[in-house]
Amino acid sequence: MARNPQTLLRDYHAARWDEEMIMDLGEPGERGVKVPVAESEITSRVGDASSLVPTQLLRRTPPALPEVSQPRVNKHYTRLSQETMGSNVGNDIGQGTCTMKYNPVSQLHVATRHPGMTELHPLQDESTLQGILEMYYKLQEMLKETSGMDAVSLQSCGGGQAIYANASVVRAYHESRGDHQRDEVITTLLSHPANAAAPATAGYKVVTLMPTESGIPDMDALKAALSERTAAVFITNPEDTGVFNGDIDKLVQAAHDVGALCVYDMANANGLLGITRAREAGFDLCHYNAHKTFSTPHGSMGPALGAQCVTKELEPFLPKPIVCFDGERYSLKYDCPHSIGKIRSFIGNASLVCMAYTWIMNHGADGLREVAEVSVINNNYLYEKLKDIPGLTVYFAEGRRRLEQIRYSWDPLFAETGVGSDHIRARMVDYGVQSFFASHHVGRHEEEPLADQIVSEAMTPEPCESFSKDDIDEYAAVMAQISKEAYETPELVKTAPHNSSIHNVPIPFMEDIVTQAGTWRLYKKAKNLD
Amino acid sequence: MNEQNIVYPYIPNSVPAVKKEMLETIGVSSVEALFEDIPQHLRIKGKMDLPEPIHDEYSLMRHVKNLLSKNSNTSENLNFLGAGCYEHAVPAVCDEINGRAEFLTAYAGQTYSDHGKFQAMFEFNSLMTELLDMDFLALPQYDGPAAAASALRMAARLTGRREVLLPRSINPETLSLIKNYVHSVTDPINVVLVNIDGESGTLDMEDLKSKVSDNTAAIYIENPGYLGTFEPKAEEIGNIAKDKGAEYVVYCDPISLGIVAPPSHYGATIACGDLQALGMHMTCGGAQAGFIAGGDAERAAQLKDVMIGIADTQKQGEYGFAMAGVFNTSYFAREDCDEYTGSGTALWCITAGVYLALMGPKGMEEVGQSIVQKARYAADRISELEGVTVTFNSPFFKEFVVNFDGTGKSVEDINQALLGQNIFGGKDLSAELPELGQSALYCVTETKTQQDIDVLIDALKAVTQ
Repeated sequence: MARNPQTLLRDYHAARWDEEMIMDLGEPGERGVKVPVAESEITSRVGDASSLVPTQLLRRTPPALPEVSQPRVNKHYTRLSQETMGSNVGNDIGQGTCTMKYNPVSQLHVATRHPGMTELHPLQDESTLQGILEMYYKLQEMLKETSGMDAVSLQSCGGGQAIYANASVVRAYHESRGDHQRDEVITTLLSHPANAAAPATAGYKVVTLMPTESGIPDMDALKAALSERTAAVFITNPEDTGVFNGDIDKLVQAAHDVGALCVYDMANANGLLGITRAREAGFDLCHYNAHKTFSTPHGSMGPALGAQCVTKELEPFLPKPIVCFDGERYSLKYDCPHSIGKIRSFIGNASLVCMAYTWIMNHGADGLREVAEVSVINNNYLYEKLKDIPGLTVYFAEGRRRLEQIRYSWDPLFAETGVGSDHIRARMVDYGVQSFFASHHVGRHEEEPLADQIVSEAMTPEPCESFSKDDIDEYAAVMAQISKEAYETPELVKTAPHNSSIHNVPIPFMEDIVTQAGTWRLYKKAKNLD
Repeated sequence: MNEQNIVYPYIPNSVPAVKKEMLETIGVSSVEALFEDIPQHLRIKGKMDLPEPIHDEYSLMRHVKNLLSKNSNTSENLNFLGAGCYEHAVPAVCDEINGRAEFLTAYAGQTYSDHGKFQAMFEFNSLMTELLDMDFLALPQYDGPAAAASALRMAARLTGRREVLLPRSINPETLSLIKNYVHSVTDPINVVLVNIDGESGTLDMEDLKSKVSDNTAAIYIENPGYLGTFEPKAEEIGNIAKDKGAEYVVYCDPISLGIVAPPSHYGATIACGDLQALGMHMTCGGAQAGFIAGGDAERAAQLKDVMIGIADTQKQGEYGFAMAGVFNTSYFAREDCDEYTGSGTALWCITAGVYLALMGPKGMEEVGQSIVQKARYAADRISELEGVTVTFNSPFFKEFVVNFDGTGKSVEDINQALLGQNIFGGKDLSAELPELGQSALYCVTETKTQQDIDVLIDALKAVTQ
């Protein structure tokens, strides 16, 4: 019989292997793997390896790597994997803005095991790469349709890199027109931070619009910020609040009116598939995170795939190479005089292209719309389950309909019990549920009360289409239980976790890289362990 | 609404009855009500025009495998391509570990939920810093060239200068990427190329001395270089950088470091490179991952990506991990950062850690020896062919330039003929480096046997004579 989380939560305990550092394992002389050495005929002909390297470049002392047999290495890393709550293992509803989809095992297997994928060199003759180039081309065509844009590049290997590539295209576009006065980019606080940071990397001064009580950017503030110095507006819609800005086309028009481009970060596109697109709102550029929207695995933080989509006018500026099709053969085009050049070596993350292509082929147009609809149903259903939990409230525009996610706040709970979102994130693990993502917009330091006020004690769950009703019920029940504990036995929550792979770390740590060692050799130095 | 009531295996709540029940809980009669904030004029008109889906897993896999079978791979062919993506032996344990769903599908879980992920990443940093003999390493970048580009911006921040010196022999694609990355609307970094010696392939020291100045933020070298040769004057170049107060950025091949001195041993202040050689399949270039290491806290403070920190838990002898320095990254500092960060290539750093743990000092030594010997053997045999020469006379690691001018044949023709014999010849350099004539960059790793190399020699002989 299925468990009813209202009455009985999961009796979970994480694997706790208390595993040593790999650096401390093994005995001198142990080997994990042997390598194919040169045949005797080769060595007798060319001589000792040390004679083939300039003397002054020879390594004098071997690297202090551990010497560990293969069973122990395999066991060690398998144990570490068991102490990790991957998406295909745990309940990742809490990881909002990340769209933690199920990654179909079939597509993982084919793209990571098929020699026609893994054993390809990117510089092979194009005639030997027709299959993967066909996937690139067809995925480009698919994303032209899902975004409504005219051209797609699959070179970027992450959302941040795709935003940077878009910022580079914006820069190249204005430079190509001799329009050198545009040195500003406008973004919003509740768009992903890369929308500020990537244009800044490209040299732009960044103007950030603060959210209004309605949760969407203020049009008057935008108009006041726009000028002949504006190169582009970088924005997400819905932002991380899940509130859709129905005036997005007016915002785009206002930017166009001053000659600026508009760039759409579609990190939060999961609830929009088949419903609305960058094209309908008039955007010039956009990007998808395939690791969010199109189910490529997150890989513990990459590798990832960012898909840039642009209008015809901006196509010449896309990064090299472009994947083309002449009706018979697929090819890579490098002769692109206006291109921003290379953004990633070779042709990007090919195996992820294969996975995203496979996932879309599985769903089709109806399936993508189903993804959007179910993710929005799931989110609104979760809201119904969470809304009455004591101590939990919703940021911005309370009562307004949300799409695929909502930014909540545990502010009332923190004020009444001293239990904050960090405590809750630790306590969740005791129930076998992945810690939630708080927000990209917490106050950096206590001396920055403004940012702190905007989103304190935040929680941003995103119950995308991969989660069942039972998963959502369980997540809500865990939240309700922790809220109850916070009021009744706050120390239980504050000292969590209790059933995790490790115990509580009692200090607020990891803020300072200089005092917090980043490697084992530094840690040992700091603690005089040698 | 899903009018055909299709149930999708990856979408649990696509079951119509479940959906209906959930909508009732929400208090709306149809899903359309949930989209009320999206105005009609912003809606897609009609249905998206996408290919007919393949709903069943078997047929979908058949379709995808059919496409992949149109590729011709390096298991079926003898591969001598390198140029940044390398065919090295991949221990099965590397595949086993990075294929674990816990690592493969994890993302941003933190200290208590993803303890093992953090320990694996921390261990990678610890192993890699031993290989490099440097103290600090950030989470990995998108690829080696991205790491190089970021290292150059680090140098600009550290010195307050806006000019970097690069070798003219740099991979043109890497140069293209760097140029875009150091460009800026308001304050671009100037890229100056230093000549290389035509005979040795190493940096032209006179040209370097004439170009280095008090404006130089960094001297950047690759050791081994894009064209394969070692840089024997690496230490002298480092001294020149030091004398001018410039950073010394060295791009290295980590798989060489069992036998070759790491950059820190000849004065590098920042080391960078690509991890793909350490346990990743080539994957058509999809397994590249960059690394940047700094020798001290001052450099560490300039790393654009997060590091992994360690702290004691309340139980003695137990450790917890978390991202360190995250508030200094653009996740929180936004545009106050000179460079953006984001999801990079963490799975590959976990894999590279597994690789280094398996190899140990002995394995790294042996693989370096095997590569340098086999590559030398191949180059020696190739240079015996009539009309064929190895261009540079300097020692090299695993790649070398082969010139075919004396055969009267183009690299393109030669490579097409080799392809007919199931051999992927070296990368054609004739378009990107026309001054080298009809030349190709050949790569030989530990995966090639003497017989493989002899097959290549016989084929080249037949093709060129």
